[in-house]
Amino acid sequence: MNPYLIRIENISKNYSGVLANNNVSFNIRKGKIHALLGENGAGKSTIVKILYGLIAPDKGDIFLNNTKIVFKTPSEAKLQGIGMVFQHFSLFESLTVSENLILGIEEKISFDQLKNKVKVISEKYDLSLNLDSPINNLSAGEKQSVEIVRALLQEPEILIMDEPTSVLTPIEAEVLFSTLKKLIKEGKTILYITHKLEEVIKNCEEVTIMRNGNVITTCAASGETKESLALKMLGYKVNSQITDYSSISEELLISAKNLNKKFNDPFLTDLNNISFDVYKGEIFGIAGVAGNGQRELMELLTGENIGKVDGKLTFKNKEITNFTTKQRRDLGIGFVPEDRLGHSAIPELSLSENILLSNFPNNNFSKFGILNFKEIELQAKNVIKEFNVKAPNQETFAMNLSGGNLQKFVIGREIKSNPQILIVFQPTWGVDAGAESFIKESLIKLSKEGTSLIIISQDLDELIEITHKISVISKGSLSKHFKTRSLDIKKLGIMMGGVID
Amino acid sequence: MDTNLIIGIINIILIGTTPLIFAAIGELVVEKSGVLNLGLEGMMLVGAVSAFVTLVLTGNYFFALIISIVSGLLMSGFFAFLVLYLMANQVATGLALTIFGIGISSMIGKNYIGTPIEGMSPYFFIVISIIIVFLIGLFFKRTKMGLIVKAVGESHSSAHSLGFNVIKIRFLSILFGGSMSALAGFYMSICYAPMWQEGMIAGRGWIALALVVFATWKAERILLGAYIFGGVAIMQMNLQAFGIKLPGQFFNMLPYIVTILVLVIISGNKLRIKMSAPSCLSIPFNKNQ
Amino acid sequence: MIKIVPRGNSSKSMFIFAPFLSVIFTLITASIIFFIMGYNPIEAIIIFFYSPISNLYGISELLVKATPLCLIAIGLSFCFKNNLYNIGAEGQLTMGAIFGGGIGIYFYDVSSFLILPAMIIAGAIGGALWAMIPAILKTKFNTNEILTSLMLAYVALLILDYLVVGPWRDPEGFNFPKTRGFGESGRMPVLYQGLRVHFGLIITLILVFISYFIYSKTIFGYQLKVSGYSPRAAKFAGYNKNYLIFSAFAISGAFAGIAGIGEVSGPIGLLYRDISPNYGFTAIIVCFLGRLDPLGIILASLVIALTYLGAEDAQLFLRIPAAVGFVFQGLVLFFLLGTDLLVNFKIKVKEKHGY
Repeated sequence: MNPYLIRIENISKNYSGVLANNNVSFNIRKGKIHALLGENGAGKSTIVKILYGLIAPDKGDIFLNNTKIVFKTPSEAKLQGIGMVFQHFSLFESLTVSENLILGIEEKISFDQLKNKVKVISEKYDLSLNLDSPINNLSAGEKQSVEIVRALLQEPEILIMDEPTSVLTPIEAEVLFSTLKKLIKEGKTILYITHKLEEVIKNCEEVTIMRNGNVITTCAASGETKESLALKMLGYKVNSQITDYSSISEELLISAKNLNKKFNDPFLTDLNNISFDVYKGEIFGIAGVAGNGQRELMELLTGENIGKVDGKLTFKNKEITNFTTKQRRDLGIGFVPEDRLGHSAIPELSLSENILLSNFPNNNFSKFGILNFKEIELQAKNVIKEFNVKAPNQETFAMNLSGGNLQKFVIGREIKSNPQILIVFQPTWGVDAGAESFIKESLIKLSKEGTSLIIISQDLDELIEITHKISVISKGSLSKHFKTRSLDIKKLGIMMGGVID
Repeated sequence: MDTNLIIGIINIILIGTTPLIFAAIGELVVEKSGVLNLGLEGMMLVGAVSAFVTLVLTGNYFFALIISIVSGLLMSGFFAFLVLYLMANQVATGLALTIFGIGISSMIGKNYIGTPIEGMSPYFFIVISIIIVFLIGLFFKRTKMGLIVKAVGESHSSAHSLGFNVIKIRFLSILFGGSMSALAGFYMSICYAPMWQEGMIAGRGWIALALVVFATWKAERILLGAYIFGGVAIMQMNLQAFGIKLPGQFFNMLPYIVTILVLVIISGNKLRIKMSAPSCLSIPFNKNQ
Repeated sequence: MIKIVPRGNSSKSMFIFAPFLSVIFTLITASIIFFIMGYNPIEAIIIFFYSPISNLYGISELLVKATPLCLIAIGLSFCFKNNLYNIGAEGQLTMGAIFGGGIGIYFYDVSSFLILPAMIIAGAIGGALWAMIPAILKTKFNTNEILTSLMLAYVALLILDYLVVGPWRDPEGFNFPKTRGFGESGRMPVLYQGLRVHFGLIITLILVFISYFIYSKTIFGYQLKVSGYSPRAAKFAGYNKNYLIFSAFAISGAFAGIAGIGEVSGPIGLLYRDISPNYGFTAIIVCFLGRLDPLGIILASLVIALTYLGAEDAQLFLRIPAAVGFVFQGLVLFFLLGTDLLVNFKIKVKEKHGY
């Protein structure tokens, strides 16, 4: 008798020349939480999409209960007892919760039947839902509950979860794991995809580690430590950064006093009484779970979406609340928004051309509106060289760079423009570990040279590693700040859940 | 105003706006599924000419209707192939469809300009147009298929992850839109005119597109919008009744100017448009990415 | 099994090759259409696509038709690059013709070298003003420019219609719906005695060159490109979005207006209803076929101009309705949009896999 519920054998998948999966093989035991661990781009999502019938492999086989299976669509996978909860929710924002649930069910179902079924599931697993609410009114945690309930409505034998905690507060994550453990008790199986080492050690029984499309090993999680897992996941050791407080000076650089902004838009979070002070050479971190007003705050700081703002934003004692983006840039404020493709860089343009998106004071890039390509190329070459950007040359299109290299280019470009303050949103989102540590190093170095930084990030570990002080944003409100050195992480976790005093 | 005048005005409004309703309700379904087809004008022209020529050749109204609808299916099917399978830019493909439709319709109809036919009474189609609008309203409110079409237009990637065949659903929606446009064309050349004239649709396809925006993608509001629009556009009668005299060209401008004004009023409220427009409207879907 | 696979990098050679491919496909389709209609396809193709330009007169006519197409298309490229779908160039052309033509009619009996330049400038202003309406509605009220610019085209045509049958009608014109002719000073000089190709061609080439310079060498051209690729990136870079929208519309309207005055003061010489055989709409095809690129637009305008000439000859010699020209124009665009797939994707023919 074969003890494995699922056997994955020699799956390969090639994406326009990139081998996303190379002879991937591993087995999943019934009734376990099986972790699939790897960096961004290791090939985790590809293999589970193949398992769920979303994409077809180039070669290889999958066996469910010793029967070879070929799913052409997710519907077939669902009918065979495979459910999936997606990382970027596969929900329909403007539809209601019940409409979203109905869409996930293969059989015909009446609204009353649905209500009863949902009630049973909600009570059993502590997942409460308001069926009539549109999705766009829900928090990230609530959205995930909808996704999980939708998957459970099909009564799956195995549930695939793709990085589920990346959008949750630490407390919500605890709740999620207790739900998962209830499922395991009932004999269900969970394939848990993550890049967080601690989660694997604390909550999973077995772990398959992937790197660059290959399976490195499958082993019991109990015998591993964070360090041993990191080494297997990355293939090399990463040194963590050490925060240095000596660079902070007394000079107040940027200060927000009671910034308020009402958007009147259910897709956006209103900002309430945002106040903070950042001194010269200081790194200020803003923590919080996605969708709590970070994007809105970022746009308020960049001036991309000002409209009517109450309160006061000052830079070097000068009020800039209603300044346009260009006026802010001219003062020496630099920005790195979250999205590289189409916001901080244009994928269809070359790296040289992308240089021009930023503001370089006293540049020789143009005269009377006519461009000087030599100077622009020179600057692009400098950024590529100094920031270790892996690109054939400065004429390469931005779209041909990996996430990590493009982010290094963007951050390098902003740093080279000599900003007095750099405001960064998710500096290491979706980049590989090598680029991540390079970016962190560059940001710390920049602060030592006297530039202030505001870093808005959903990755609390990252903020703890590089910032001097941290505030939490929740439901559009910003907490008072805490010195990173003497941080009470538990308290921070509670605040991320919405309790801000 | 006496009752006869009011009945007369209502009559004119109903007769004049029915092709707009057909074309707009078809386009509404297409846009709900996340596709923007700007080729209504072209499909209406081809629908009109194919109906007219068939009627002249066979003398059979039913054949004329069938051939007209088939022409709409062919035109929209070709559009669907380009935008869904070849992922062509929807705006440009829609424009190409219109230009192609202008050319092919005047080519086919060249020898039929001025041919007299016995027109059909419009009232049957007026009733049908109202019924279709309400059926489509129910389709989106009450049926799972309607919900799926809405979901595909809302987020094609989510719909794909749930296992829905995005391309197939959009293809069928586009075909429905094409047949409705053709029906509008049939009505124009067989009931409304009844005759064939090059470019006889005279911008109605574009006005129907504006109607969909005016209706904020809600089926029943297409009727409301069309009738209000029709009422304003025939102000000519009212104005003349009040003794205001203007050259004919200025009255002919009214539908276009009213369309612009309506768009301005409705689009001024950005949030309303954002809340009601399908989120994936005119964004191509590629399942391999 | 045929599969469409993303290339990863978009192919530059396909980007240039696809328009040629679409012209070839159109020729093939055209011969099939001719064959179905009962003509010898080769003979028909020769009559349609070769005979019209087999002599000097024909080449001059080709240039006469290509001039407005090229000029409008290069103007439109300012809008299209910025993802603004101005499809009302026909109206902007008409307004240009009305503004400039008005001067020509008013000074019909005055002889001065200032009249023509004044007409051209007035034409540019007329076209630009008409194009500013959708631009203002878009920036102030978020109104879709596709529909407003097109509606305004219908309005402009009706204004012209009103003028030529009403206040501007030629008093000695036997009630025909046309104005009196412009004076000699209000006409574009011809470039070659006995042929119709006129000074508008030179103006067009100069404006094409200026546009090329703006696109490739100036910050303004760069900003248009950025905001076309990604409005968010343009916001990030701090560009003034409304300024870019206004200038793109103003330039494209002005160019269309100059094309309009070029037509009426060139080959036509007066105002009447049908001053343009859909040049404003057809230029959209020219613009796409030319890949929004100045050199490409010049080539594309010649190809599309040939469909006008060919259609005239086909009507004359083969009794095929001239509308067949529009059919071919539509087909070219269809094929272009279809073959565009090859820029970003590869077609892979795969053996059926075992599983």
